[in-house]
Amino acid sequence: MSDYIKVTTPLTDEVVEKLKIGDTVLITGVIYTGRDAAHKRMVEALDRGEDLPFDVKGQIIYFVGPSPAKPGNPIGSAGPTTSYRMDPYSPRLIALGLKGMIGKGGRAKEVIDACVKHKCVYFGAVGGAGALLAKRVKKAEVIAYDDLGPEAVRRLEVEDFPVIVVNDVRGNDLEKEGVKQYAIK
Amino acid sequence: MRKVNVAQVTETIKNLCIDANYNLPQDVYDALKAGLEKEESPVGRSVLQQIIENADIARREQVPICQDCGLGVVFIEVGQEVYFEGGYIWDAIHEGVRQGYKEGYLRKSTCHPFTRANVGDNTPAIIHYKVVPGDKIHITVAPKGGGSENMSRVMMLKPADGLEGVKEYVYKRVTECGGNPCPPITVGIGVGGTYERSAFLAKKALLRPIGSKNPDPELAAVEEELLERINKIGSGPMGWGGRVTALAVHFEMEPCHIASLPVAVNINCHAARHKSATI
Repeated sequence: MSDYIKVTTPLTDEVVEKLKIGDTVLITGVIYTGRDAAHKRMVEALDRGEDLPFDVKGQIIYFVGPSPAKPGNPIGSAGPTTSYRMDPYSPRLIALGLKGMIGKGGRAKEVIDACVKHKCVYFGAVGGAGALLAKRVKKAEVIAYDDLGPEAVRRLEVEDFPVIVVNDVRGNDLEKEGVKQYAIK
Repeated sequence: MRKVNVAQVTETIKNLCIDANYNLPQDVYDALKAGLEKEESPVGRSVLQQIIENADIARREQVPICQDCGLGVVFIEVGQEVYFEGGYIWDAIHEGVRQGYKEGYLRKSTCHPFTRANVGDNTPAIIHYKVVPGDKIHITVAPKGGGSENMSRVMMLKPADGLEGVKEYVYKRVTECGGNPCPPITVGIGVGGTYERSAFLAKKALLRPIGSKNPDPELAAVEEELLERINKIGSGPMGWGGRVTALAVHFEMEPCHIASLPVAVNINCHAARHKSATI
């Protein structure tokens, strides 16, 4: 990984506009975790006119449910979960100013369109590399929905967290382009 | 009769849950290294390097390979000359999973289907129990993650669809999966039996060592043909483009009803975890 782009959270439009599919990005700063149950609760909170557990403006949500931390470690294994299950919820958060999501697998058209409209980037992290990715997490703290266990919302401090740009703000899709480039007819 | 205390079964399953989640089987590790040699995509190579390094870290530091430590799938073969004492064997199996997931700092992933409330101890285990000749107990624990399991399917084809129909169904399913099941994947195919039997066969196929062939040369040829076709899709590691989409295709078959042609596709992620022990 000789060519990479370093970014620091929170992200601005100027930063996300420069990112294009296939770019390797190292993220440093605060990111927030949320997966299936947390997304459902967050959108339900918005429906009731309540505040979210954190202001999503400029932030990155990491779709992850970590394993329990062993004594002495800030977090257990912490790789991405499959993103399509968050598709029904993501456009709502993107419209509120969310600038990035980290997961694995493809996204629905509605999400990709929202990324273009509101300037948000979908990053992929290597699924199943939970032990490796956990090493880039320096601090973890549950900030909401503690009863959800692994699905609780956590505030993570990460350093050089490795991701790749899968959907950029121009509507490009790494999965589609990748298959186009490597398919053998 | 050989007397076995069920506490020994609990202890063995506990240890297997932890071992399977920390230590990737050598055949899977070797297949990933071989995949790195074959992969042409720079992104794909970077992904495979991270996967291999991740397995090294997990083994060295004794932490879970993946945060999704799966449901506890337990295959247990009990010799018919074994006499269990000290409790009910079914409870002992669940207890082994309960203890393993607690003591191993493994993620508990079982929940209520609708409220989504976490059960908290990763039970119930998924138990496949078989009585075999002899007085030994053979146990395999195969933790199964949700991402790849969600991509799996059972389909009742028409007998007229034949082997070609099965091959097309499997190819189409894998193509549609993209990066969701964490490629490079292992594809387990189960053909025959009833609806649920085909799914069991597909699951069992995932336990075979990577690169092993079905003893039936015709089925072995299908495994090879499908693996080659799948690796031409171009999906590659994590679905971000590349040559190594699957590490293996394993095909298991049994007779079926004259009216049916059941086919099950069970997909495993690259963290193809399973460990065995004999009591």
